Amino acid sequence: MNRNLIIGTTLTAVFITLAVWSFVWIPYDIESLDIANKLQTPNSAYLLGTDHFGRDILSMIMMGARTSIAVAFVAVGIGMALGIPLGLLAAARHGSLLDEVIMRGNDLVFAFPSLVIAILITAVFGASATNAIIAIGIFNIPVFARLTRGAALPLWERDFILAARVCGKSAARISVEHILPNITNLMIVQGTIQFSLGILAEAALSYIGLGAQPPTASWGRMLADAQTLVSIAPHTALVPGFAILLMVLGLNLMGDGLRDWLDPRIRVART
Amino acid sequence: MIRYAAGRLTSLVISLFVASIVIFAVIEVIPGDPAAFMLGVNARPDTIAALRAEMGLDQSLIERYFDWITGLLQGDFGQSWTYKTPVADLIGDRIWISLPLAIYALILSTLIAFPAGIYAASRRSGAGDITIMGATQLGVAIPNFWFAMILVLIFAINLRWFSAGGFPGWDNPLQAMKSLTLPAIALALPQAAILARVMRSSLLDMLGEDFIRTARAKGLSARQALWKHAVRNALIPVLTIIGLQFSFLLAGGIIIEQVFFLPGLGRLIFQSISARDLIVVESVVMLLVFTVIMVNFMVDLAYAAVDPRLRSKA
Repeated sequence: MNRNLIIGTTLTAVFITLAVWSFVWIPYDIESLDIANKLQTPNSAYLLGTDHFGRDILSMIMMGARTSIAVAFVAVGIGMALGIPLGLLAAARHGSLLDEVIMRGNDLVFAFPSLVIAILITAVFGASATNAIIAIGIFNIPVFARLTRGAALPLWERDFILAARVCGKSAARISVEHILPNITNLMIVQGTIQFSLGILAEAALSYIGLGAQPPTASWGRMLADAQTLVSIAPHTALVPGFAILLMVLGLNLMGDGLRDWLDPRIRVART
Repeated sequence: MIRYAAGRLTSLVISLFVASIVIFAVIEVIPGDPAAFMLGVNARPDTIAALRAEMGLDQSLIERYFDWITGLLQGDFGQSWTYKTPVADLIGDRIWISLPLAIYALILSTLIAFPAGIYAASRRSGAGDITIMGATQLGVAIPNFWFAMILVLIFAINLRWFSAGGFPGWDNPLQAMKSLTLPAIALALPQAAILARVMRSSLLDMLGEDFIRTARAKGLSARQALWKHAVRNALIPVLTIIGLQFSFLLAGGIIIEQVFFLPGLGRLIFQSISARDLIVVESVVMLLVFTVIMVNFMVDLAYAAVDPRLRSKA
């Protein structure tokens, strides 16, 4: 195990634990307001302080972790579920019209920055966590499709694939039985990276009001609320910001660590 | 090269055409009648019908698409329904904040990333390299809008060096640049972190190449080999990333404009969404996508001009 992997996995595990824990217990109810205790700095009763409605920030961070992780996780799932089959198909039909259509389609989606996709979707369906998932998910599809195709193409030239073809296996079966297992590591690493980008994107969308809506807690919304309070109660902005930073940092380190751990050849090449 | 460029140009035109259809189709399925929305709940049906006719909403979808697209090609983006002014004028006003902001951020990002990446690569695995790589890990993980808030807290509220938001206009260029400085830094730093990493790894790849060994063998010092041969060759992938970052900075500016209350394209698009001013949303999104596709096209061409091997792949 390498250092990046240990630090990254620990950080990620902390936030996942907080999110899971929030289903069972949170320090204070965040749906009831407690104006008498508003804007408290961190103290023994409120470990991370309170916001302008007197809500406990630690409880909101725990509930927000749930939103962030759920949105990013499902968005990565959408990207993988659609992108990997498209990439496998393009590689199996390399050079065909289908390959060309899939790749140009990818380029087209890439031309829409995820924020622009989110704006379009929100303009049509309104702001919600579900629409944030769709927007980030759509953006993930070409990422996985392109990566899958790129990794699968050289595999199609290998002898063991030729052997499988000689045995009479169809392109679809070869893709699933031989190509897919050989690119799984790559997909796990990229999945981790896209997960971290998903956390950032969810926070950004919620911040501008295009993501999770109240009363659903979200780190991005907490930052939006804190914007006017930053001068009088900096902790309201610092805490959710650090939560995003640490979660993303953890996932990135985990991705780097996994890459080295899963593929020793990369480790040799990188050092 | 001409054949390659022609191929890319064809795919550029097709991409723009398909993108315009996608944007138009998405916007047109928006639930609710914009005319009814603008006139409020008490509007009479004949008033709504009259406004629909005035807005061109009574035409068929295909007619409206062709009106829109031919207008765009002639620089006529249509008339904003809420501002009652040509959309082109609205965009023209706002782009003079969003575009300079993106360019400013791109310059800052490059100025930070180049020295950092080159230094890290030349001190590979040393303390300097580890520190810079650690900083870039943080830079990549920081949400830029949060970083913007921290900058406001430190430099606007506590130190009072900059204003916390707003834009004074270009009448006083120095003041205008000053008000764009914090937003540009907030946009640039996370991008600089990515660029520094690309610069470092590209340079490390080059330093392992045979031509560097040859350069050293003919008597060049490590520093001369680095600057005369490695850096120049390492720039090719870096330039590609810079091209891609420009479109990211333009779109990313949408969020940063919210933090600093800058009246750029970002604010225009949000105001237009809440006012159901679809023609403005449509045009701004098309403009952003057009910029991304054009920048990618130019990066491809520049790349092929520098690296002849790519042309043959076309």
